Amino acid sequence: MAMTTFEFEKPIVDLEARLAELRQREAAGEDVASELHVAEMELQKTRESIYRNLTPHQRVLIARHFDRPHSLDYIRALFEQFTELHGDRQFRDDPSVVCGFGFFQGRPMAVIGQQKGKDVKENVARNFGMMHPEGYRKALRVMKLADKFRRPIAIFIDTPGAYPGIGAEERGQAEAIARNIMEMFTLNVPIVVLIIGEGASGGALGIGVGDRVLMLENAWYSVISPEGCASILWRDAKMAPVAAANLKLTATDLLQLGIIDDIIAEPLGGAHRDPLVAIENVRVALEQALNELTPLAPDVLRRLRHAKYRAMGKFIEEVSETAEAAAGDTTPGPTSRPPHSRKP
Amino acid sequence: MAWFRKPQYTTLRATPPRDVIPEGLWFKCTECVNFIYRKDFERNLMVCPKCGAHFKMSAMERIAMLADEGTWEEFNAHIRPTDALKFCDSKPYEKRLKDAMSKGDANEAVRTGRCKIDGHTVLLSVMDFNFIGGSMGSVVGERVTRLMERACTDRLPVISVATSGGARMQESILSLMQMAKTSAACAMLARERIPYISVLTDPTTAGVMASFASLGDVIVAEPGALIGFAGPRVIQQTINQILPRGFQRSDFVLAHGFVDIVVERKYLKATLARLVSFFWDEPKSTAKVVPMAL
Ligand SMILES: [Zn+2]
Repeated sequence: MAMTTFEFEKPIVDLEARLAELRQREAAGEDVASELHVAEMELQKTRESIYRNLTPHQRVLIARHFDRPHSLDYIRALFEQFTELHGDRQFRDDPSVVCGFGFFQGRPMAVIGQQKGKDVKENVARNFGMMHPEGYRKALRVMKLADKFRRPIAIFIDTPGAYPGIGAEERGQAEAIARNIMEMFTLNVPIVVLIIGEGASGGALGIGVGDRVLMLENAWYSVISPEGCASILWRDAKMAPVAAANLKLTATDLLQLGIIDDIIAEPLGGAHRDPLVAIENVRVALEQALNELTPLAPDVLRRLRHAKYRAMGKFIEEVSETAEAAAGDTTPGPTSRPPHSRKP
Repeated sequence: MAWFRKPQYTTLRATPPRDVIPEGLWFKCTECVNFIYRKDFERNLMVCPKCGAHFKMSAMERIAMLADEGTWEEFNAHIRPTDALKFCDSKPYEKRLKDAMSKGDANEAVRTGRCKIDGHTVLLSVMDFNFIGGSMGSVVGERVTRLMERACTDRLPVISVATSGGARMQESILSLMQMAKTSAACAMLARERIPYISVLTDPTTAGVMASFASLGDVIVAEPGALIGFAGPRVIQQTINQILPRGFQRSDFVLAHGFVDIVVERKYLKATLARLVSFFWDEPKSTAKVVPMAL
């Protein structure tokens, strides 16, 4: 299979080539059974040792693989009668985000997904999954439709960022993202966010507020891309692997930090190596999330969603203002703030 | 105005040569390249008296300018930043924080509190660009959110003065989540029908602009401020063409409909007081005692 492989996969590729050669010799009548067995064992071992110990930056590369299943692959596979709805009713239709309705296991619901292309041509048409303000406004329009008719929402995140361009600024990229984030806290229906590839910054968060945020094993989610971070903080984009490690952008990191709710497993080596397995795992995760969220009353949903994001952030809180003033000497200690008790 | 007291014959040539300028006594305007006597510049609210360019103010300077004398009371100064992710670029974040704290009068990139503005009691949040580029980390998010929550319980209008390069990269995903946290607080303000006025000063971009700074009932900008989502350099690199003149500056943003008013700094306080009075009736009894702790 002529699939793009990465530098770090070279030992696997070499072993695969050796195995193919041995199989050929076997087919030609040579007795290579024991060599074949050894090579197979070694390939399995090498795969395990490489894929089970991926560095953050290697995961970033996998998350960007051209053949990785993208939003529409999941949507077409999981949503029957999916019907795309276009346009923000104000400016134009943004093709970098797909919105619509469909049936997920018989359940009518809204679907939104940032869409990348599989090749250069499709990528140009999709603007590499980088949304303009009208994309965020289209997504909000469809979310409000879902809210109006009490349908849950599934959102697939896969973007290298919101588009930085003249038109995007003229039409209020920042405002569009801010408004979406705010409005998503007012929705009365379950929102399940699935981070399937790249989750870059405000571009992702602009459609990324969810009651459940689930993330594929090799996806990344961060305040900035490792390259962007490296070129700003290290003044050298080649420092991206170091930036990636510092940013704590992997699913494991984010689960530990309480930013995401669960990790969805990928086939060994990444979702592109067996898309059907990845899609099935996403189906199971989405079904479970919906089963948990659907029984909740709208106000409970909203309150829990608010409390979840309210508790995010790490800071030191000295005992209290008055104690500080009275004693003049307080010992700072890290506190993780309990979820806010006030009803939103 | 203060600068009229300067001798009439003051010209660019009359300013002392660079090498004899006593440190800090003169201010060189980067816009019109004039030297201005620093006291005159400060008395003119950090606005160049020659060309009107608005320069950055620290949070304390801004508060001194907006709050009625003696009315400022700061909240949540005891919330301090921490290096939760052990982030290390050219220096560890821990060290970066220490340096930022020892540099100026800022204790983080925002100060929040209560004050009166021309007699109107408001809750005020003021960002400080001197503190790691006014970047929003967990402390900024927490202080702003607590201020907005307090506005709902105390029933007081909120005024936010923003200046920020965006999210604080050293807090990575935690800083991104402050956009969600503060925007959720804005949703609360809206539901409680608490007036929220957002002031954008140079520069307000990225994470702060794409969250609470964009969500004011009324959005006021200072003249010439850089306002937008992406920074001009990133845009230039992406599209590979020269950006139009005045791109992402206050007048541009006003013309495109994302700012309500552009107001010169000397009129800012009066404008804010007027806006508050359009939306909010001062409670008749002024004896209300608000508890200090949240
Ligand atoms: Zn000037």
